[in-house]
Amino acid sequence: MSNGGLRRTPLYELHAERGAKLVPFAGWEMPVSYEGIREEHSAVRTHAGMFDVSHMGQVEVEGPGALGFLQLVLSNDVGKVAIGGAQYSCLCNEGGGVIDDLFAYRLGGDRYLIVTNAANHETDLAWLGRWSRDHDVAVRDVADRYAMVAVQGPHARAVLSGALGIELPARFHVSHPRIGGRPALVCGTGYTGEDGVEILLDPEIVPAIWAELLDAGVVPCGLGARDTLRLEVCYPLHGNELTPERNPIEADLGWCCAEATGFLGSAAIARARAEGTVERLAPFLIEGAGIARQGNEVFVAEEQVGEVTSGTFAPSLEQGAGMAYVRAELAEPGTELEADVRGKRRPLRVASKPLYRRS
Amino acid sequence: MPDASYPDDLRYHEEHDWARIEGDVATFGITWYAQDSLGEVVFYDPPELGAALSKGTSYAEVESVKAVSDVIAPLSGEIVEVNSELEQNPERINEDPYGAGWLVKVKLSDPAELEGLLSADDYRKLLENE
Repeated sequence: MSNGGLRRTPLYELHAERGAKLVPFAGWEMPVSYEGIREEHSAVRTHAGMFDVSHMGQVEVEGPGALGFLQLVLSNDVGKVAIGGAQYSCLCNEGGGVIDDLFAYRLGGDRYLIVTNAANHETDLAWLGRWSRDHDVAVRDVADRYAMVAVQGPHARAVLSGALGIELPARFHVSHPRIGGRPALVCGTGYTGEDGVEILLDPEIVPAIWAELLDAGVVPCGLGARDTLRLEVCYPLHGNELTPERNPIEADLGWCCAEATGFLGSAAIARARAEGTVERLAPFLIEGAGIARQGNEVFVAEEQVGEVTSGTFAPSLEQGAGMAYVRAELAEPGTELEADVRGKRRPLRVASKPLYRRS
Repeated sequence: MPDASYPDDLRYHEEHDWARIEGDVATFGITWYAQDSLGEVVFYDPPELGAALSKGTSYAEVESVKAVSDVIAPLSGEIVEVNSELEQNPERINEDPYGAGWLVKVKLSDPAELEGLLSADDYRKLLENE
């Protein structure tokens, strides 16, 4: 059967065998859910879930000029990252727009690994390649070297170290254990608002490791739960909240921008920070029935004041929730707005982030 | 969730709706395939009692975590009963799509329309080609 030229991860057979619902995502055929989004979401909030994120890309940056180069292309102050550390950044264009958002891991003195969003991997590579020419640095596409599994949840560390017998890195750090007899990279990061790690490992051994974690009681989760989990804690998604036309300030990501380093786009971002932006990203909740979805227009009375970038049913909150770009003065928590949902007005209240907090 | 099933005593519309005909009244709902494609239903917005339905047009919305879907009337008529339990427990649509998850009862206005609906066998064949 043809699948429209979509790529498949080394775990595809296991997903299909288990009856996962598979959907096209960023050129890949990926599981959106196995048993159900709510169940998987809840497993991550209360126990441990795992996600096949092998579609994500990896780029290695190595050489004496690595730090100087990364300070140019990444928004955060990469100079603050110690060996074995991890840091979130935006990759910005000269206008301060966000080409991608990503984690950079410092694997050695002048060796870094960047994990890209699948949909942006090729664009990122071209951008990095273009700006690396004047630096003594090698930029290598190493996406084919790694499969990637995120294991997340309050029990993720305990189950994982028990099942694989490895030591795990602290939050925002990396470790280099052997898994299945092969070198692996374990990162204390994630996209769910829960504790946990992301494991980069040899594609050949990932099916065996996935099966081992299943046996240990880790619940397989799809992209559906990944989206509801990240939205509840207001992590932005590139393509929704983040685009090359929007800067990190309006996306409320000023905390990962260190304009003093002079990175590409820093002048525009410094101006946006000083002068404020026309619109700002606002997390929201919907009281009562209804769910505002991406693209729904936001109103005050008859005037359109913004647009929803992500919206879903939030399983831990049991109500509609999401994020919208609205006029900056309306982005304050408590502001009452309305969304036009398929021709029906739904009351939408701006909330503070994160929408979900561990109790 | 239950396994896939398409009861033989129901008639089907190609937009994945079913009708159980009892005299001049029919019960409507969405098929196992429809609820499975949609995923867990979190909201059901029921239509008004007395509303007139027209075959092939939307009369309600079923909303899951990921998506919202129109519910299409398999036959024309007037709504004489709505399943009000679904407002509190929309997950019944997933758990029991042909039983507790029924949506509306309708007094049929054009019995001749029945000819255009599919048998369970025909509907299963349609799904094989989806």
